[in-house]
Formats: sequence, C-alpha cells, structure tokens
Amino acid sequence: MLALRFSLPQAVARPTRMVERNTMVYRHSFMVIFSGFFEPLFYLFSMGFGVGALVGSVALTDGRSVPYAVFVAPALLASSAMNGAIYETSNNFFYKLKYAKLYDAVISTPMSLGDVARGEILWALLRGSLYVVGFLAVIAVLGLGGLGLISSPLGILAFPAAMVVGFGFAGAGMAATTFVRKWQDFDFLQLAIMPMFLFSGTFYPITAYPPALQVFVECTPLYRGVHLIRALTTGTPDVWIAADVIYLIAMGLIGLWIVGKRLHRLLLA
Amino acid sequence: MAAGRAPVVARRGPGGMMSSPSLRQFEHDMLVFRRRWHSYLLSGISQPVLYLLSMGIGLGFYVNKNGGLPGGVPYLEYVAPALLVTQAMMAAAFESAWPIMGKIVWDKTYQAALNTPIGATNLLVGDLMWIAFRAVLLSVLFFAVIVAFGAVSSPLALLAIPVAVITAMSFAAPIVAFTATQKSDQPFNMLFRFGITPLFLFSGTFFPIENLPLFIQPLAWVTPLYHGVALARSLSLGRIDPLVDLIHVAVLAGFVIVGIVAARITFRRRLEV
Amino acid sequence: MVIGPPGPPGTACAGPFSGNTVPAAHRRYHRGVSETISPVDSAIHARGLTKRFGAFTAVDGVDFDVAPGEAFGFLGPNGAGKTSTMRMIGTVSPVTAGTLTVFGLDPAHNGPRIRSRVGVVPQADTLDNELSVLENLLIYGRYFGLSWAESRRRAVELLDFVQLTERSGDQVEPLSGGMKRRLVIARALINDPEMLLLDEPTTGLDPQARHLLWDRLYRLKQRGVTLCLTTHYMDEAEQLCDRLVVMDKAKIVAEGSPRQLIEQYVTREVLELRFNRDEGDDGAADDTSQLDGQLDGLAERFEQLPDRLLVYTADGDATAAAAFERGLRPASVLVRRSTLEDVFLRLTGRSLIE
Ligand SMILES: Nc1ncnc2c1ncn2[C@@H]1O[C@H](COP(=O)(O)OP(=O)(O)OP(=O)(O)O)[C@@H](O)[C@H]1O
Ligand SMILES: [Mg+2]
Repeated sequence: MLALRFSLPQAVARPTRMVERNTMVYRHSFMVIFSGFFEPLFYLFSMGFGVGALVGSVALTDGRSVPYAVFVAPALLASSAMNGAIYETSNNFFYKLKYAKLYDAVISTPMSLGDVARGEILWALLRGSLYVVGFLAVIAVLGLGGLGLISSPLGILAFPAAMVVGFGFAGAGMAATTFVRKWQDFDFLQLAIMPMFLFSGTFYPITAYPPALQVFVECTPLYRGVHLIRALTTGTPDVWIAADVIYLIAMGLIGLWIVGKRLHRLLLA
Repeated sequence: MAAGRAPVVARRGPGGMMSSPSLRQFEHDMLVFRRRWHSYLLSGISQPVLYLLSMGIGLGFYVNKNGGLPGGVPYLEYVAPALLVTQAMMAAAFESAWPIMGKIVWDKTYQAALNTPIGATNLLVGDLMWIAFRAVLLSVLFFAVIVAFGAVSSPLALLAIPVAVITAMSFAAPIVAFTATQKSDQPFNMLFRFGITPLFLFSGTFFPIENLPLFIQPLAWVTPLYHGVALARSLSLGRIDPLVDLIHVAVLAGFVIVGIVAARITFRRRLEV
Repeated sequence: MVIGPPGPPGTACAGPFSGNTVPAAHRRYHRGVSETISPVDSAIHARGLTKRFGAFTAVDGVDFDVAPGEAFGFLGPNGAGKTSTMRMIGTVSPVTAGTLTVFGLDPAHNGPRIRSRVGVVPQADTLDNELSVLENLLIYGRYFGLSWAESRRRAVELLDFVQLTERSGDQVEPLSGGMKRRLVIARALINDPEMLLLDEPTTGLDPQARHLLWDRLYRLKQRGVTLCLTTHYMDEAEQLCDRLVVMDKAKIVAEGSPRQLIEQYVTREVLELRFNRDEGDDGAADDTSQLDGQLDGLAERFEQLPDRLLVYTADGDATAAAAFERGLRPASVLVRRSTLEDVFLRLTGRSLIE
C-alpha cells in the first residue's frame, strides 16, 4: 500500500489497470492482435499499387497531381485507426459488458465507472497505435525503397493525428455499444462504418459528387479523419484541419460522457 | 440461437449422401433462415452493393478517365462480375466457419441430430446444400442489382450466377472440412485475415493480376477465387475462350470435390465416435 | 478510540496472510485517525435506509448498526431485499433514501475509499472467464492498487487458503460451481479487507467446503475482520453470526443474537407431528385443519408445514403425551430443541394459530 503514495496519481493509474487486464488476456493469443496489422497493408498494396496502376495520378486540393498510392495511403491509415477503435469498443466491449459481466466485478474494487470507461478507451487506442506504427513503418521502408508515400515533413504528425481519429471513434463506438441489446444489432453499426469507409473520400476525391452530397460527406467523421491525415502526409494543410481535430476530439469526449451516463444506468441499478 | 431441436426423425435409416435425412438437416437450416432472413440478406447484399457503387462507379470514374482497362472495358463492367463471385465466396466462407463451429461445439445441434437416424454425412450434405442455397439467393439478388446498373454486356452473363455458386462451394467444402477439425473459433480469424481478405483483394477483383509482381502471379492461379472471377468475367463480358474457361471450371470443380471428400472424412471422425 | 478487534490482538496470527503479523483492523488504527471523517463507532450505520427500483420498494426504511469486528447476518425469504441492502453497503447501488454510512463514510461520495477496505462475495459469481484462476486474483489485486509482487504473494497464499493451488493455471470456465465460489471468496480477500460482504457465500458448496469456509471466516473474525453476510442456511447463521436481522418484504422484522431470537420468538422445544394422509385427499391443509379443535390449548403456538405440524411448547414430551390422550395418532413424533429455523418460519411464514 505504501508504494502507491509514490506512484501515479490514482485517477491516472486506475484506468491503466483495465489495460493490464486486457494485456493479460491477449498474452495467450497475441496473434489475434498481431494479425490486425496486416489488413491495412493488404489494402495498401491492393488499392495503392494494383488499382493505382489503373488510376494513374490524382489531383490534390492544391492542384498538384500525385500518384494514386500517395493519395490513398493516408486514407487507409485513417480507416485503420477507425476500424481498430470500433472493433475493440463494439464486439469486445459488448462481450465484457453484457456476457462476461466483467465490470460488475471491477466496480466492487476502488475502480470507478469512469476508470473503466477511460481504461477501455485507452486500451483501444494503444491497440490501434500498434497498427498505426506498423503501417507508418511500412510506408517508411517503402520510402527508402524509392516509393515515397509521404511527401511532406508534416507527415511526422500523422501518428498523433491517427490517434485523434482513434479517440473519436473509440468514444463514439463505445457510446453506441452501450445501447446495443443483442449481437445482431451490430449489423447496424456496420451499416454506418462500411459506407464511411467506402465513400468518405477514401478511394477517390469527393469532388466527383454533386455539391449537396459533398457537403454531407464532409460532415462525416471519417471524412474529417481522412482529410486531416491526408493534409499532413501530402503537405496540403488548410484551416480546416483545426476543425478536423476539434470535431474528432469532441466526438470522443461526448462519447465518453454518454458512456459514463449509460454505464451508470446499466451497472449501478 | 438455434433451438437445438433435432430435425424430425426420418422414416428410413441413413442412406446415401442425398437421402432424405440430408434433406432434414437442410430443412432445419431453412427453419432458422425463415426467422432471420432479413438480417441474412441485409448483411449479405449491402456490402457488395456498397463496393459496387464505390469502386465500380466512384473509382471507376477516375479509372476510365485515365484510359481505363486494356480492351476498353468500362471499370464498372470489369468489377461487377468479380463482386458477384466474391460476395458469394465471402458469405459461404463465413457460413462454413462460425455457424458450423456453433453446431459442433457451442450449441451442439449436431449431437442432438445424431440421436436420430441422421448420420454425420447427412449433416454435412444438408448443411452444404444450405450454404449453396444461400449462395444462389444472394447471387441472384446481386445479379439483379448489376443488371439494374447496366453492368453486363452479354446474355451469357446469366451463367455467372452458377459460377459464383460453384466458387462459393469451392471455398465452403474445404473450410467446412477444416472447421470439423477445430476446437475453438480462433483459427477462423487467421483464416479470414490471411486467407479470405487477401484473396478478395488480389485475385483480379479490382485490377488484373498482371499488375501484381511476377512472382506472386502463380499464387493467384492456384486459388479458386481467381478462376471463379476470371470465368465469371469472361461470361459477363461475353469474351469466351473455351480452353481457358474449361480450365477454370475444372479447377473449381476440383476444389469442390476434394473439399467434399475431405469434409466427409473429418465430419465422420469428429461426430461418429 | 480504538477500532481494534474485540478479542486480544495477539490471537490473530494464523490467518491466510500469516506473513502479516498485525491484524488488518489493527493496522488501520496505527495508520492514524486522519483517515476517518466522522467518529466511527459503527462499521455500518443505517437509518431509514431505502432502495426503490422505479415504483417498487426493495428495501423499505431499515435501521441497523454493525459494530467493527462483529459478524452480522441478514436472513429472509427470496426477494426480501437482502442483496439490495448488501449492494448499497458495497457502494455499487445508490441509496434511494435514508442514511447509510460505512466506516463513517458516505457511500455516495466515498465509494472508492469504502470499496478499498471491503471484500465482496456477490450472490452470483462474477469471475473473469478470459483469465486463469491465478490471473483472476492477480488482476483483482491490481484493481485495488497492489503492486504486482504483493498481488502475486497474496494470490498464491489465498489459493492455498481455498485449496485451489493445483488449479491455479487452469481457465475458470471449467471449474465446478463450488470451486468457482471458493475462488470468488479468495478474490474478496485479496485486499486484506477490514470488512467482508458475503451474499450467500456457501450456496453450492459441498459440506466439506462449507465447514472449511466457516473455519476460515471464523479465523478472519478473530483477527478483527467485520463480517456481513446473508444466508438461507440457519445452521450457518447460528454458527457464524453474533447478531442478525430477519428481513421480510423489504422490512426488518426481528433483530438480535441467535439465542435471543430463539428465546424471544419461540419456545424452548418443538414437537413435530406427521400424519398419514390419503393420497386421494385434497392435501395436508384439509387434513390438519380438521385437527384444529383437538389441538386447542395444547400449546401456545403451531406452525403448519406442507409435510408436518410443529407444536411450540416448553416441554415436548409432556405435550406429546397430552396429544395422545386427546386421541391423536400421528404417524411419527419428534421432540427437539428450537432452532433459528423455527424463528425464521415463525417470522416469515404463516402460523396456524397466532
Ligand atoms: N435491478 C433491479 N431492478 C428491479 N428490481 C430489482 C432489481 N434488483 C432487485 N430487484 C427486486 O428487489 C426485490 C429484492 O431483491 P433482492 O435481490 O434484494 O432479494 P434477496 O433478499 O437477495 O433475495 P434472494 O434470497 O432470492 O437472493 C426483488 O423483488 C427483486 O425482484
Ligand atoms: Mg439475494
């Protein structure tokens, strides 16, 4: 007990206990985590290079033309951050909340509901960061081999930007999950995620859309994430990237707030 | 989940592979389907349709602008038959993994059925029929969507439906065989991560495999999805090459037959102990 | 003011944490009074404590105090409100109305501080099925802020304490119901709590395991740990509890030590009479109700159970003889001392004659 006095403040230390718990679980099956790293890479090679050969080059917002792979790589990074956050906060969180009744036991300890929520979000972000780092490492290696996919020094900020994207979706995903009653309900979540992945300017510029549709797409969170990361890796920052960051962080915080309210209802009857 | 009720006892004993006990298992699956068809169809059809819109039309706009594909095929017409095959393959691969695992391990539906005159082979055939049925249903639906988008240019395209179903079964049979040897669903994550997803992305679905590095191309030739996609595309575009197409058919049929034989063995080993 | 164990502190060294020479509650005293907010003379103090779920009242204005180091029991039929009360004490269920303090602290504002000093055995096992037996204890220790080394040391000791050492590497799911229960109990002790909240701790345990647990709980009590438990086993309540309350329909209907309750609510002895009945008949109710007249004045109170009639009397043998004189011919006769079970039936059942 004494040792605690010198360690992290409890408000910070307690959420990390959820991370420890999840790490313990995955120690036995780390391949499950490790394998997630390949999915964005498969998409990068298939879309960036395979389809890229068919598309040729794409015009950026500043009028420059870049190879398709340069265009699509940041979008895949953003999508990967989104998918990682959603996967961890939907199915996995739901299982722990409703089936394993994990948190019923956790809240009999000094851990609070807030600790649980923050801890699980932190875990989702840490897991997501593994994939982001891996993806960026592969891009760096390709860069050394002459296939530069990052054309601006601002690209260094792609990592924190991807974390912001992950935070936004982790908060929102977790909030959505607290309303889920049965597994089939996740079909509806997929019905939101899949179109965002396919239509948010990920694979082609949204200038192809009619103006009204463009405005609509610009309001979706993944579009903001793609816009943010692409602006950084291609060196085309505009004032809107501030809006991107605010939008995503606000989404994460509002999500967390809803999670707090909902867990209160679900666990503290 | 599945009610775990054994299918109605058949009057005859377990006969040949297509005997009436096999139909019982199929009927059992249909009963479950009747309760949940909307969710099956929704998740089965929404994904390929969204890909068709995004890739075929959205991305296609840029591909076509850039000069398009060799032979001047519009990108939508190039991608549509490939998506027809891959969606059937994906659904069948999924159905052969988790739900079958559920019937063996979690819900033990098979054990209940085996207390009746139904045998392991009947269960296998019944469930493969069910997976094929679902592949037919989804393929017909998606084909209608493709036609509505004007993405087919030959009446031969209708034959792409059976091609999609055979391709689906060329995955279903071996995966079912594999499922019957597993204790938990963990390997499925690997199977999808390192098998199904890469195949979806690299079997000529979105770009010709000639764009792949030379050393990878032979890998594509030994996977059933490549042959299914190539065959469906040649029919849909009306560009038949009899010899090549026959090879495609032979490879697909080979996977189905070997898969069924293997599954028959693993099913009996697992269930008839 | 000393919040020490009632007995001499020296008696307390042979517990599961034999490494700790000072009992838990005693150590707290040494740490200083700065931790306590208001004068603590009750471990738990409840006045007008109420819990409502929507319009339904599960706990209806109950008053009780639990002294530090005391073993306090809640008895009552299913749905009486025992678990609801325990959950409020464990600060995982907000109080609807009334006062509740635990260690002098308000659960609404000091949840984490209270929980860090309490060990909980919930009515339904809530083990972490994704972790092994040992890992369940390890991570629980971490939730309490123990270091890994300390958590491991205690986990190993506790597994020994509940005799699960051989299963420490196994997954939790395949354990038997009783083993899971023992693991939950071990888990509740990982923070070396000052107070244990045990909601039907021995349900599902075999007799050996029950006696083992009683022994362990007794030793913890000797070391000054406050015990607060619910049970449906009257022998358990008699064995373990210094004091108990009987709850019925959300209210406390009696309070006292087991002996006091027996003295207050039932006679010294009970005469149990069984009558043969025709299977074709409508049932025991008709059968025994015909006896009404014959029994009048025979004893001060009767309790009719589905299978037998209980006659409360100071002298069972004399009453049995009197019954025979009146021409009653029961199939079997048994005279025994009154137990807590009789109190329970009296207070929560329906009596033939009040
Ligand atoms: N979360 C809840 N929502 C609504 N009603 C509840 C809830 N929890 C308990 N109740 C109700 O409160 C009443 C008291 O329940 P409680 O669990 O406290 O009983 P108990 O005395 O522990 O019974 P048992 O001996 O069966 O465990 C019951 O009628 C129960 O249905
Ligand atoms: Mg209870």
